Amino acid sequence: MASSEEDGTVEEKENNNKRRTKSALATAWLTFYNIAMTAGWLVLAIAMMRFYIQKGTRKGLYRSIARTLKFFQTFALVEVGHCAFGIVKTSVIVTGVQVCSRIFMVWFITNSIRQIQNEESVILFLVVWTMTEITRYSYYTFNLLHLLPYFIKWARYNLFIILYPLGVAGELLTIYAALPFVRRSGMYSMRLPNKYNVSFDYYYCLIVFMLSYIPLFPQLFLHMLRQRRRVLHGEVIVEKDD
Amino acid sequence: MDVLALEAKSVNGAESEKKSSSRPKPKPPKKAKRIVYFEVEIVDLKTKEKLLLLDKVEPTATVLDIKALFQKSYPKWYPARQSLRLDPKAKCLKDEDVLQTLPVGTTASFYFRDLGPQLTWGTVFLAECVGPLIIYLMFYFHLPFIYSPKYDFTSSKHWVVHLACICHCFHYIKRILETLFVHRISHGTMPLKNIFKNCGYYWCTAAWMAYYINHPLYTTPYYGQMQVNTGLYVFLFCQVGNFSIHVALRNLKPPGSKTKKIPYPTKNPFTWMFWLVSCPNYTYEVGSWIGFTVMTQCVPVAFFTLVAFIQMTVWAKGKHGSYSKEFRDYPTLRSSILPFIL
Repeated sequence: MASSEEDGTVEEKENNNKRRTKSALATAWLTFYNIAMTAGWLVLAIAMMRFYIQKGTRKGLYRSIARTLKFFQTFALVEVGHCAFGIVKTSVIVTGVQVCSRIFMVWFITNSIRQIQNEESVILFLVVWTMTEITRYSYYTFNLLHLLPYFIKWARYNLFIILYPLGVAGELLTIYAALPFVRRSGMYSMRLPNKYNVSFDYYYCLIVFMLSYIPLFPQLFLHMLRQRRRVLHGEVIVEKDD
Repeated sequence: MDVLALEAKSVNGAESEKKSSSRPKPKPPKKAKRIVYFEVEIVDLKTKEKLLLLDKVEPTATVLDIKALFQKSYPKWYPARQSLRLDPKAKCLKDEDVLQTLPVGTTASFYFRDLGPQLTWGTVFLAECVGPLIIYLMFYFHLPFIYSPKYDFTSSKHWVVHLACICHCFHYIKRILETLFVHRISHGTMPLKNIFKNCGYYWCTAAWMAYYINHPLYTTPYYGQMQVNTGLYVFLFCQVGNFSIHVALRNLKPPGSKTKKIPYPTKNPFTWMFWLVSCPNYTYEVGSWIGFTVMTQCVPVAFFTLVAFIQMTVWAKGKHGSYSKEFRDYPTLRSSILPFIL
């Protein structure tokens, strides 16, 4: 019937318009977000360099950039939302694991355990994170604007080969350095007996967290290697179906 | 693990086997009847390598018959392990699909994928239930190397600890007996990996709960005997309810029948939950665990209850959705798991 056909196409057009405005909105938000994060991590990098040049020591460097770091790293939680709402086509779990491990390091290790804030391993992972994030967010920004220079693409898919293991080393060394202080202070721990009939030992939790790097790190690293082969060399990789 | 969401979609391989093997072979009629035989080619899904060519396949052969023929050439791949489909992107074919009803010409190409070693659902359920039963008892009897050596083989001085052990064991024994005698599991098999995943979860949470409830430093519930009794009554009530629902679902259709029916309340008052909820067995299960949590006042138990609730809600919503789609006159008052709420 002619009238119902017309209604059908009008509805379709409305849906298409809705979808177009939604995706235009999503792209605008993502562009803003990636520009903001690139700027944030650039600010962090410059602040760190300035501190080291002016003071010549790493003592107090963490304290000077702590607030900015906490703000921008925590804000990255939004990326999990991007994946969950389908605005970004990445797995929620992969993004979730990466963001959560960062948040854990920032809030539950370096923020809570003051004695390790001046360790070299902290500087190591801060430098690595800064370099990785600036590359990553600028890659996303230029990608969204369809103006991607090859050197950023190259940087994003090659630097991680060195930066990722270095970052992991920095994080693990920091946690290892923090262990004695955690044991001594008994922080974030709950002992029996108590009315909830549960106990928690932060010291052993940290050890388990460190051990979890063993299965997780290779998987994330191989995932990045596969992405690299696909993006840089156009290889079609047959994924193993689970 | 969900037994009964699968009753809604009954895949009954056994029946089709009976159908194809007990087909009485008719005496060849005097005048030659033309049967168009099919040619079936089986191709590997990933490598596109031709694995087997079957000629002279009866048009009335089912997918299961073809899988059996395939196994003759590749004995390692028993039918439950085979996944055959018409197109690499299409869905897997069911065992009872008949060859001539499929959208293929007289030469059919099936894409084969190995699903890996399979286990029956029944086996997995039993493993999931026997583990927690034994593990809890190990903690209850204070076996060595769990707690401090001075507590080895001692008995708790709190009455609620003994009660909790009885309830926990009762729950899992009931589940084992139901798996053996009550449930009609219509789904065939699941991949071997699943047993590690499922058993790992059930066994670890059972150990975690049992460790704290049976710990020498266990603290009894804040509101004392009243709290314990309330928890116990809720637990028992919901266990009976859960059992009644399982029996009602079993009696819903005769064994081997594939017709799906809407479950309705029976004379048993516990089944009156069907007025309000599509999956009252899950409702009662959550209720039991809430009762157990109140009775023991233990955070790991609360955690386990929460996770179980979330998982069962997902299953219940799925089942409720498939009921609503299947039956036009499905009662609109019913929610999936919590009356009026979820």
